[in-house]
Amino acid sequence: MDGHENSADGERLVFEDAQLTLDNGSVLDTLTLAYRTYGMLNDDKSNAILICHALTGDHHPSGANPLTGRAGWWDNMVGPGKPIDTDRYFVICQNVIGGCAGSTGPSSQRADGTPYGLDFPVITIGDMVRAQNVLLDRLKIPDLFCVIGGSMGGMQVLQWAAAHGERVFSAIPIATAARHSSQNIAFHEVGRQAILADPDWHGGNYAAENTAPRKGLAVARMAAHITYLSEAALQRKFGRNLQDRDQLSYGFEADFQIESYLRHQGISFVDRFDANSYLYITRAMDYFDLAADFGGTLADAFANTKARFCVVSFTSDWLFPTSESISLVRALNAAGANVSFVEIESDKGHDAFLLDEPEMEQTIIGFLNAAAVARGLPLPEVSGAHND
Amino acid sequence: MIDPRASANGNLNEKRIDLMLIASLVERGTRVLDIGCGNGELMELLVAERDVDARGLELSQKGVNACVSRGLAVVQGNADTDLSYYPDQGFDTVILSQTLQATRRPKEVLQEMSRIGSKLIVSIPNFGHWRIRLALALRGRMPETQALSATWYETANIHLCSMLDLTDLCDELSLRVETCLTVTNGKVHHSTGRPSAWQNLMAELVVFELTR
Repeated sequence: MDGHENSADGERLVFEDAQLTLDNGSVLDTLTLAYRTYGMLNDDKSNAILICHALTGDHHPSGANPLTGRAGWWDNMVGPGKPIDTDRYFVICQNVIGGCAGSTGPSSQRADGTPYGLDFPVITIGDMVRAQNVLLDRLKIPDLFCVIGGSMGGMQVLQWAAAHGERVFSAIPIATAARHSSQNIAFHEVGRQAILADPDWHGGNYAAENTAPRKGLAVARMAAHITYLSEAALQRKFGRNLQDRDQLSYGFEADFQIESYLRHQGISFVDRFDANSYLYITRAMDYFDLAADFGGTLADAFANTKARFCVVSFTSDWLFPTSESISLVRALNAAGANVSFVEIESDKGHDAFLLDEPEMEQTIIGFLNAAAVARGLPLPEVSGAHND
Repeated sequence: MIDPRASANGNLNEKRIDLMLIASLVERGTRVLDIGCGNGELMELLVAERDVDARGLELSQKGVNACVSRGLAVVQGNADTDLSYYPDQGFDTVILSQTLQATRRPKEVLQEMSRIGSKLIVSIPNFGHWRIRLALALRGRMPETQALSATWYETANIHLCSMLDLTDLCDELSLRVETCLTVTNGKVHHSTGRPSAWQNLMAELVVFELTR
């Protein structure tokens, strides 16, 4: 039996006999997919754009997030008249499996009413994309006009192109890489160890104990958050400014604004994110190595691809540096793919893809418009067209 | 329609004439790689007038970003180092417009081009032109012309050559000159095969169509 729920925070599909086979060999029998759509699917079903969210994202890129009341995580990019124009495109965003915003993950309840905890199978980027394929099948959408995402979302974009290329007309991987680097795995390991070291983690069974590893998860977020910024941006924003004081405390209070800022980031994160999901999703990113899935040659992942690609990186992103995008572009060129590549100048680090970056917006508008022409989709009427 | 012989009058600047001449040598509906595509002017012309599947490579990130926001498939890269990432015979035509003289290793660039495509279109400012010869011979100064406007210490043109020099290099690489379009005072002259010493004296700008 499959069910469909329309809840306050978007829509849910519940598959009670899903039989989703995962990369680790196990099978998810029941599967809940939380998703949200914007705009209208056209008669040809040719205007669907899938947005893939990043590590701590959810299926609310645009409009108000019903859980937090705050604007969606890509509200500057997605909406009526915006670069991903919901007046023209049918936009879909699904919470990844393993997540904690409604899709099946380690905090989901099993048939016996207990949460999976660490019994949840280790999932991969490939599994996340498989689940998105299930959603697409269910929505009866044959293929995607575009699949777009940044960071872990970009990994999903690449996975889509490599493993389900026949369903991808165009792809926009942003601030991402075809494999998670050693340094990035290292940062994730620090975050996971912080969670595992928290006595309130209880071997993953903290729900049964009516608690949560809040301190561990907050530290994990604090460490990760530094990697999303840049030295220049931190210096510009905080410098060595003191927080609510005129002189040093000679203690371990949050003397500096940057400390106070990071503590706030950590504390507010634990209210919206599940610690076990953090373990599972960071693991999925660590395991991502697209070339390894294709005999070690990245170009082979894109052999015969018909999709057009627009690869975007940012100058100050040291977590997913431009060099990763260049490797990807070289592989796409070697595969004869239609590829564009833009490096955007920004001092905002990895998080730049989530922020107001006019050059990124212009790039995406131009690329999507050219793809729309190639797909036979109408262009916007007057405004939005560029003037030379 | 592109008819450079009709269009190339004194009202057009040399850059534009160069693009029109190149476009006249590109066949309809083919796969084209434009190396050093700048802001995408030629690619846009080729897509609009020749219905080609165009890809670009451009050194300046500013140029690349301008191209992509115009909907052109362009990547940032260096002609000297990045052509090796393109597959053998992946394109029908490979274009190098006013860029050869700015590369570090022109010979290797031409070799890579002939590996990537079956037809090469290469345009250069002709260093054999009489005005350039005269500037050096009479004034003893490095020439500065419309096509070569930068001072010797600022110019990106580190490998300038005359059209006969380039012809010699093509011979060495077994590249045949199919067509040679030269521009003198805004007028276009068309010839086939090896250019003459007279052409080398008179041409300000030259566009070669080369095949292996």
